[in-house]
Amino acid sequence: MSNRISQCFAHAKADNRAVLGIFMSAGDPSAEASAAILDKLVENGADMIELGMPFSDPMADGPAIQASSLRAIKKGMTLAGTLDMAKSFRARHPDTPLILMGYYNPIYIYGKDTFITDALAAGVDGLIIVDLPPEEDSELCDDARTAGLSFIRLVTPTTLGERLPVVLEKAGGFIYYVAIAGITGTKSAAKDTINAAFTRIREESSLPAVTGFGIRTAEQAAEIAHISDGVVVGSAMVSIIEQACAEESLDTEKLVNSVGTFCRSLSEAMKRS
Amino acid sequence: MGNTAPNSYKTLPDEAGRFGIHGGRFVAETLMPLILEVEKAYTKTKSDPEFESELLYYQRHYIGRPSPLYFAPRLTKHFGGAKLYLKRDELNHTGAHKINNVLGQALLAKRMGKTKIIAETGAGQHGVATATACALFDLECEVFMGAEDVRRQKPNVDRMRLLGARVHPVTSGTSTLKDAMNEALRYWVANPETHFYIIGTVAGPHPYPEMVRDFQSVIGKEAKEQIKQAEGCLPDALIACIGGGSNAMGLFHPFLDDKSVAIYGVEAAGHGIETGEHAASLTGGEPGILHGNRTYLLQTQEGQIKDAHSISAGLDYPGIGPEHAWLHDIGRVNYVSATDEEALDMFHLCSRLEGIIPALEPSHALAFASTLLPSLDKDKIVILNMCGRGDKDLEAVLPLLEARGKL
Repeated sequence: MSNRISQCFAHAKADNRAVLGIFMSAGDPSAEASAAILDKLVENGADMIELGMPFSDPMADGPAIQASSLRAIKKGMTLAGTLDMAKSFRARHPDTPLILMGYYNPIYIYGKDTFITDALAAGVDGLIIVDLPPEEDSELCDDARTAGLSFIRLVTPTTLGERLPVVLEKAGGFIYYVAIAGITGTKSAAKDTINAAFTRIREESSLPAVTGFGIRTAEQAAEIAHISDGVVVGSAMVSIIEQACAEESLDTEKLVNSVGTFCRSLSEAMKRS
Repeated sequence: MGNTAPNSYKTLPDEAGRFGIHGGRFVAETLMPLILEVEKAYTKTKSDPEFESELLYYQRHYIGRPSPLYFAPRLTKHFGGAKLYLKRDELNHTGAHKINNVLGQALLAKRMGKTKIIAETGAGQHGVATATACALFDLECEVFMGAEDVRRQKPNVDRMRLLGARVHPVTSGTSTLKDAMNEALRYWVANPETHFYIIGTVAGPHPYPEMVRDFQSVIGKEAKEQIKQAEGCLPDALIACIGGGSNAMGLFHPFLDDKSVAIYGVEAAGHGIETGEHAASLTGGEPGILHGNRTYLLQTQEGQIKDAHSISAGLDYPGIGPEHAWLHDIGRVNYVSATDEEALDMFHLCSRLEGIIPALEPSHALAFASTLLPSLDKDKIVILNMCGRGDKDLEAVLPLLEARGKL
């Protein structure tokens, strides 16, 4: 398991707070702006970055992240480009955990072995590959784990029964609890069901567990930070880029600052809790 | 893989849902419990004689099966070679083969206690078939259809609405069939307890490719009996068009182990393979992962999925069923292609010579027949799957035929 991930959660625990993870598609709205956004996020309290590898058909994602992914592809972002972004991020931020999140096809086409080698060389800590369930572990998970990348599993409300041990068997890094039945960014997470889910997850695993997929506001983040070891915000953050892109001309500096302000509000709200 | 022929071509998929390297279960964890539930229910149901007799009842009295196997004398004479038989699945209730699969899955959904159905549709034939079965079995029906197709296929949208289905125009991605499938899957994930997803072709995560194939195999089983009665022997060749490949798999599967039978699947070459504007995943694609399975896909060098193009909305899909991908790899089935223009010619020719207005999809199969049949002796027998009727295509086709001076 990556030291950066475990240290990040250990530090947050020592400070009696939850980890704030932020999702961003690599290359949205452009490679340069995207890199600037990542820096701004870290500066404003993001403890961990989930960098989306853009894919044309993101089946588990809602409208905001779908659109983000397409904007990035349109701007020419590729998996090779995403790995380059990861590498330069790592050079600037030696301690912030960096997770690559996406779908299997671009990796399959890039070549599994090359991808693992290049991701490690870029300083990536873990992978979330949405369409690789445990049933397909021989595709990528087994080799990635052996090479030292954490393979992070999604746990959903429908996974909490007898399937949970299957899902957690090879889980690494942390557990990502999908707070809503559905796709990213569509509904809001309910606190009580999250509470029950975490009780169940902690029976099965000692890994830290974060909550994502339904957290849109600082208030929600603060509330869920009481229950969860971490909170991931994606769609709400990505929507800020969408709004900026809808304007007549894209003001990158203004966009980077808005993202920073929202990130700061999440981080502050979670600290107060 | 490899080139050695297996003892039987009918033993797959394996437990992991693989056909060679193809197939599998490449879905998000949010979907995994759902497809495992479907697999469990299907495994239990398919060997249940009560289910079998219930399905048979509806096949006979509702769909109108068996569909005739018709010797096409004038097309045979026109092509000037082997005898052409048409498997008349366009005579099924709702006008295409799609209903064969839909009734099977709808009955399964009912057994699982599901009250609501989700479906994706391109041309609208699968959507209409699903809306029909939902009316019959008193199930709620949500159909996802690319916004562009909603506009192009208005008569089918109207039929679905009349039958009581809700049609959701999909504007995400490129607003086509692949996006409709993405949206249908997203909707299913958000409504796992009450809904069953009826996939319309032999693609998607395991067990769908197997299940849809099994429900469509009635086509090939009937054809085999019928040709034995008509000619006293097996056919020499089979031809069917392929988008996802369900009508083709339905005809082919019962014949896979009959090694004397040559089998041809016809993909849509659109404006021509060389133009890049086509829907021929095997001829012009590479293996990749989409919609829950590994198969040949039209994609960029970076693994982004490309849009397919075909005059036929039913073939307009950038992938193909994983079992076809495997049959291609091992060489049991020959996959060829036909262009928009060739299909249009056949649409006209078949209407004029046989009084059968074919859908644009089987018009692609006819286009290949027009080159295969003349190359075979007159005593050879070819069966072509007439998988749908062309009424739905008139609005698109008539102006094109007029422009070509054929009307």
